Amino acid sequence: MSATPTTPAPKTNHIGLTVIDYRGGKTTLCAGCGHNAISERIIDAMYEMGVQPEFVAKLSGIGCSSKSPAYFLNHAHGFNAVHGRMPSVATGVALANRKLMALGISGDGDTASIGVGQFVHLMRRNLPLIYVIEDNGVYGLTKGQFSATADIGAKLKTGVINDLPAIDTCIMAIQLGATFVARSFSGDKKQLLTILKAAIAHKGTAMIDVISPCVTFNDHEGSTKSYKYSKDHDEPVNELGFVPYFENIDLDYDPGTTSTVRMHDGSELRLRKLEREYDPTDKLTALRVLEEAHSKGEMLTGVFYVNTQAPSFVDLLNLVDEPLARLPESLVRPPREALDEIMESLR
Amino acid sequence: MATFDVGVQEQRDQTTGQGRVVNDFSIQVATVNGSGSQSANTVLLRSIFQMGVPVSGKNLFPSNIAGLPTWYTIRASKYGYIARKKEIDFLVAMNQETAQEDVMSLRPGAACVYDEPLNLSRLRNDVTFYPVPFDKLVGPVCPEAKLRRLVKNMIYVGVVDALLGIDLAESEKALRKQFAAKKKAADLNTAAIRAGHDYAKATFTKQDRFYIEAMNENQGKLIIDGNAAAALGCMFAGVTVVTWYPITPSTSLVEQLIDYLKEYRIGHDGKATFAVVQAEDELAAIGMVFGAGWAGARAMTSTSGPGISLMSEFAGLGYYAEIPGVVFDIQRVGPSTGLPTRTMQGDVLTTAFLSHGDTKHIVLFPASVEECFTFAMEAFDLAEKFQTPVFVLSDLDLGMNNWMADPFKYPEKPIARGKILNEEDLKRLGGFSRYKDVDGDGIPYRTLPGTDVAQAAYFTRGSGHNEKAQYSERPDDYVHNMDRLARKFETARSAVPAPVRHVDGTSRIGIIAYGTSHWALLETIDQLREEFRVKADYLRIRAYPFNHDVHDFVKDHDRIYVVEQNRDAQMFQLLKLDLAPEQVVKLRSVRHYNGLPVDARSLTDEIISQAGK
Repeated sequence: MSATPTTPAPKTNHIGLTVIDYRGGKTTLCAGCGHNAISERIIDAMYEMGVQPEFVAKLSGIGCSSKSPAYFLNHAHGFNAVHGRMPSVATGVALANRKLMALGISGDGDTASIGVGQFVHLMRRNLPLIYVIEDNGVYGLTKGQFSATADIGAKLKTGVINDLPAIDTCIMAIQLGATFVARSFSGDKKQLLTILKAAIAHKGTAMIDVISPCVTFNDHEGSTKSYKYSKDHDEPVNELGFVPYFENIDLDYDPGTTSTVRMHDGSELRLRKLEREYDPTDKLTALRVLEEAHSKGEMLTGVFYVNTQAPSFVDLLNLVDEPLARLPESLVRPPREALDEIMESLR
Repeated sequence: MATFDVGVQEQRDQTTGQGRVVNDFSIQVATVNGSGSQSANTVLLRSIFQMGVPVSGKNLFPSNIAGLPTWYTIRASKYGYIARKKEIDFLVAMNQETAQEDVMSLRPGAACVYDEPLNLSRLRNDVTFYPVPFDKLVGPVCPEAKLRRLVKNMIYVGVVDALLGIDLAESEKALRKQFAAKKKAADLNTAAIRAGHDYAKATFTKQDRFYIEAMNENQGKLIIDGNAAAALGCMFAGVTVVTWYPITPSTSLVEQLIDYLKEYRIGHDGKATFAVVQAEDELAAIGMVFGAGWAGARAMTSTSGPGISLMSEFAGLGYYAEIPGVVFDIQRVGPSTGLPTRTMQGDVLTTAFLSHGDTKHIVLFPASVEECFTFAMEAFDLAEKFQTPVFVLSDLDLGMNNWMADPFKYPEKPIARGKILNEEDLKRLGGFSRYKDVDGDGIPYRTLPGTDVAQAAYFTRGSGHNEKAQYSERPDDYVHNMDRLARKFETARSAVPAPVRHVDGTSRIGIIAYGTSHWALLETIDQLREEFRVKADYLRIRAYPFNHDVHDFVKDHDRIYVVEQNRDAQMFQLLKLDLAPEQVVKLRSVRHYNGLPVDARSLTDEIISQAGK
């Protein structure tokens, strides 16, 4: 029996796009770079969540990480800004057009060293934005100097030992007011994808620190951001599941071992308990557990903190629903009578 | 306004001679800051304004909250001169700390009202003194002891009214305007003005020569500061994203803008058609402007010198990645922190070339409150039309002082958004190249994020790029792009506000000035003609890059004086870069840089001293 060979229709997501619609340019980063794995997960998450790429704004600073927005979502506008200043650019973009999904990609140097000032104030504002740190603890483009997230005692290839404490961007973000704070590992496909999908569903600042080993400058013995070290020390605080709003939300789960966070778009983030008790809505617990992990040398991953109730910066500014960038002249230039009235008051 | 064609034969400065001096002198009030003197001075200024006499007020204040010396100078001029006058004719000495020096600097024939305990009359016998026991007068009108320090200053308004012949009713009207919503304060201060007036009438016999008499020169005019005017311009330009970091003397621009936006840009549903962000610093303020401008909003920030320095890196990104944004620079005295509350035209070169590499910016130079208003709208249109940062260089004198003006005209031109491709355009064209010079004017087309077709997307970067906005380090791509940017800048020459030939005669001598130097210069031109029989033509530059009219003006004259308020002759240097060598040799530099608004006498003296050389 002979059958006419047919090309099966390509698989599409719930808005009818294929995964190809989410692809980007060819990466120019090193083969095996953790950042490439993160780009792949971003493509998967955007595809699976059915985000329309034309309504995403990709924003970055300077560094290897900040190059990566060119390697995913070609149908989205991208803006590779100046070093450490992506948060301000992202703020302007998000205010100009509230219908855009702002996705910021930064690195550990771009965030925790040169960019720490803008990072701090971005977290305070709870701007609707996904902020991903591709964190390898080292400057790649300038060939391997420590950044401010390098752990104390970590060793460079050249033998230089880091003797200053690391900045924990998750602790900072939680303390400062970010409303979705997580850490993952570029090598953990499932966890990273789940976290990204939950971040897409969140309305507010979602800060995700992704440990992303630098294969060229920081993947050796003595590094605390190498693949081997990260794999050996990865300690998830919870096992994550995610049910998007457009799928059957009534999947069974055991309320004794699993808690649920209902996200802004109606999706559910499910957190299954592992060895420890962990409540991701409790700020103080999150900060304590993260501090304890540092003293134990553990690399905690998972969703550390979620607050779906806090107002976002756009809410606080009480903006019109239409994007500010698209308002017609009739709405942004007051009428002649307004000027007459003001002039009269100054006589 | 006095211009070159006013044929007045009398000697303009009568204040050193004999006889009555009417509507042509300056009053200086010396107080300490934080003592409520600003209200009293505004009332005095408005009283004279309401009497139809052309008037200007300059606040000379310290960088301090309370307790340091402050001077306010009011100039009444029947000729319409509103620049600062160097000489003081009538002093109100309220500050013990500076009183002696203030009196010693008066010219013979001047008059001085002073706080009696200061005992100043012993200092000079060629000045008329009027001692006033302010502390004794304030008690009966202000029972609340803690308010007396503030009310005391209003008493001098009444004293000055009585001595100069200012209509008391005008001061009371000005006061009610000042304290519009505060009836108790208005009543209290009205009583203080009357107490001063009654005391002066009962005690003093007029011995000085200075008088204010009603005129009819201010019909229809109003009083506004340059920062408020710029704020109005921004609102009527349709600004949607405002970011800022507080800095003197720019703060009041954004604060007044916020007030206007809240009043006129919140819809019936209570929703705002604007976002204002007080940023963590100027780096963030300018970053937000470019983020918003890139996404299609009309975005601006306002700052002063130190903020401009911080914005340098982003300014280069805005230029090279071609992103619109408007930056107001209310210039103050530098370098470094400098004199934060004094005025200067010190950021001309810095802003023209702000950032590393080959970077050039469009810069506008408003001279009046009217131009603060119109140039604000112009700046937003130019920024979007040329897809580039535009700097508006005001200064402390223009921004923070009160100026007379005719009512502003409602903009007749619709908002110009420049070359933006929408969904239909892109479908028709099948795509676009972000940095391609399609029209030959150097200005490419852009798309906004959120445009709902796949072909709209492009990648913006401050690193090297080709016409398609792809990363490129190729030498030919780099040169091609930089040459196009230079072409775009050439196009801007004829699109920016053209210079104005205020005096266009047949003289071989020309003067070039810009910004607030204009007001002193109008007076200087009259002084040169009347006192020295020197006729000079005058061109006022209003923007960089220079319009070709600037080149023509230099060509048309044998010698050009470039007048400005900075040490390093910044506009002079900028002109040198633009002019042919045989034109450059015609240029002479006239500078003023002591932090005070420039006065005509200083400019006249300097030009005459150089004229002999």
